[in-house]
Amino acid sequence: MGANDTIITLKGSVEIVTEFFFTAINSILYQRGIYQPETFRRESKYGLTVLTTTDHGLLSYLGNVMSQMGSWLTDGDVQRLVLVVTGVDSGETLERWQFNVLVEDGDAKVSIIAGIDENVSQNLVRSNLSGDGTKKKMGSKTVKEVHDEIQAIIRQITASVTFLPLLNEPCSFDLLIYTNKTAVVPKKWDDSDPRYIMNSQEVKLRSFTTTFHKVESMVTYKEVDEWEL
Amino acid sequence: MTSNVVDFEDILNNGFSDANTSIRGVVRARWERKKHESISNSLDCSEAENRKPLSTSDRFIPNRAAMDMEKSSHAILSFDGSESSVGERPDGGVSEDEELTINSVTSDMSEYKTSVLGIDDSNSRILSFADKAPAPKGDTVNNLQVLYSASTTSRKNKSSTKLINRHIPSAPTRILDAPDLLDDYYLNLLSWSDTNVLAVALSQTVYLWNAETGHIDELCNVESEGPDAHISSVSWIQEGGGHLAVGTSWGKTMLWDVNTQKQLRKMDGHSDRVGALSWNRHILSSGGRDNLIVNHDVRIAEHNVATLASHTQEVCGLAWSPDGTTLASGANDNKLCLWDATATSISRPRYELTEHQAAVKALAWSPHERNLLATGGGTADRCIKFWNTQSGSMLQSVDTGSQVCALQWNPFEKEILSSHGFARNQLCLWKYPTMAKVKELDGHTARVLHLAVSPDGSSVVSAAADETLRFWEVFAPAKAHAGKRGASDLPGRAKSKKLSRTMQIR
Repeated sequence: MGANDTIITLKGSVEIVTEFFFTAINSILYQRGIYQPETFRRESKYGLTVLTTTDHGLLSYLGNVMSQMGSWLTDGDVQRLVLVVTGVDSGETLERWQFNVLVEDGDAKVSIIAGIDENVSQNLVRSNLSGDGTKKKMGSKTVKEVHDEIQAIIRQITASVTFLPLLNEPCSFDLLIYTNKTAVVPKKWDDSDPRYIMNSQEVKLRSFTTTFHKVESMVTYKEVDEWEL
Repeated sequence: MTSNVVDFEDILNNGFSDANTSIRGVVRARWERKKHESISNSLDCSEAENRKPLSTSDRFIPNRAAMDMEKSSHAILSFDGSESSVGERPDGGVSEDEELTINSVTSDMSEYKTSVLGIDDSNSRILSFADKAPAPKGDTVNNLQVLYSASTTSRKNKSSTKLINRHIPSAPTRILDAPDLLDDYYLNLLSWSDTNVLAVALSQTVYLWNAETGHIDELCNVESEGPDAHISSVSWIQEGGGHLAVGTSWGKTMLWDVNTQKQLRKMDGHSDRVGALSWNRHILSSGGRDNLIVNHDVRIAEHNVATLASHTQEVCGLAWSPDGTTLASGANDNKLCLWDATATSISRPRYELTEHQAAVKALAWSPHERNLLATGGGTADRCIKFWNTQSGSMLQSVDTGSQVCALQWNPFEKEILSSHGFARNQLCLWKYPTMAKVKELDGHTARVLHLAVSPDGSSVVSAAADETLRFWEVFAPAKAHAGKRGASDLPGRAKSKKLSRTMQIR
């Protein structure tokens, strides 16, 4: 069995989702010009060339967020990840990239309850498959299929430069994670306000689903006033 | 007025007591009028309030995709109930006006958030990591700025004079009008044959312009195929100049005999428009919006010898290598594929190169080095990249700061000419491999979509979205120039130069 046709487990799904977030965040930071383009290097992922930061500070920040993200995802506590782009001088939120995480029902849920043990859940999914005899059933999705869906989202992020307004001032970004109220929150995490954009336009991007998590993406941006043009 | 008079007569007849009531119907007392006015005013007001959301802006473009309309309608319908339940709360204090208004205001806000904005954060915590990401260093100038800055002042390149040993005129030697040239990045509408005939597709018609005589022929017109039908690509056969391949918007590829002005073949294989064509001797490769590349052997009845499927979006660039061993294809899925000449319908490409961040339209094989390919990416990419097609490795990449629409190598020297879109719509000559800018040629007022080089290699024609063709003497070899001015001119060119510099093609 090649790596491409293994059935995705919860653990694998968490990995896929956090890796996607990492790649998507990097792509946004590069494409929107928030960090200098020289600090990014090219990397092959999802059958695409993606750009990943080489800045140590940024990498360790993303590493921290992603590892916490991973443990919340495993517990099923994550509802949403939001990347907020803020103007450094104005302090105004200019763009809001939102990734909704939905825990999929059905077979996936069963295996979440059953435990995180890879073999157990894999067997569970497989026995369900053989029982139904339908190949299209949830759980039959291969990593390759998921990667194709992710590829489409990353492409959309790349293409978004053509419609998003230019970020005319130096910008910084922040990551907000929406969790369940019951989630265990480590010390280093603070509550934040949602930082909505008033007078915004929004564009829905594609979504992808492992059999455990469905990730929907969209971007909202501050509409450029006509008299400013 | 007469009826009033009659009324008053009646009043007089019926006596005073009756008159009091009937007068009320005709002329109202002042307090009654006041009251009526205030009622109608308030009615007007409420009407105006209802209309207000519709009339505040004429540019409101709603996007309901992300709104949960079911939820909001539920929220609206159940709104009265929830308000009364607030009023009936048992803890005494609710009767105070202030608290009630606060309650209803907050419930309004959350309702507004959930229903209109589609945001429901009532049962979630919003968390952010305390150690923030490092701020971007220095005063970063957004490299996308170039896409938006419409500055058309040319930046002078100081070292440019040292790099060239010949004179390159900055102005075009000739300008032709090309009315109705489609402004579509994904099409290839210009081709120059080795018999010195330039083929241009202007919307529904293919015109042939003889560069020696200046004579213009109309080769074919596809008006009969419907109002939306148009020519989407043209390409001359490599040698002889007798045959022209024409790709169409309805997926057929036509082959025309130019000498007899007759259509020889009509080849299918695509379900959507054919935007790219390239010849390799008797093999004609066509790329379409249906993501496929079809290799047609034009000599045999069963012309479709291979259908190459690897791209996931419209194929917009195709180029056979000069040695005929490799086909390069670029598409809107940002991929560059390299195919062996022996590829069949089940083959995978030799290499799938994903370095470009935007559509790959501009493709140019080096005439100087085997296996050297230059490619250019669209707006989100703006790079010219050089590839070793044998190893699949990228040799070089340079950000041009603008959409790369077309590339053309200088046949005499290691130089490459690129044509660009927004903001300056310029042509740019680069020295390879240093990629120093040798010359920038301005003049076009819209993006320069296509380039073609003359058979003698000295001049280049550019077709732009401003519906002009401009001829530039960029590649003329230095030796020829030392001998006599404009030596590269063909005999006929000098003659036609006497004609007006601006000629209309039709």
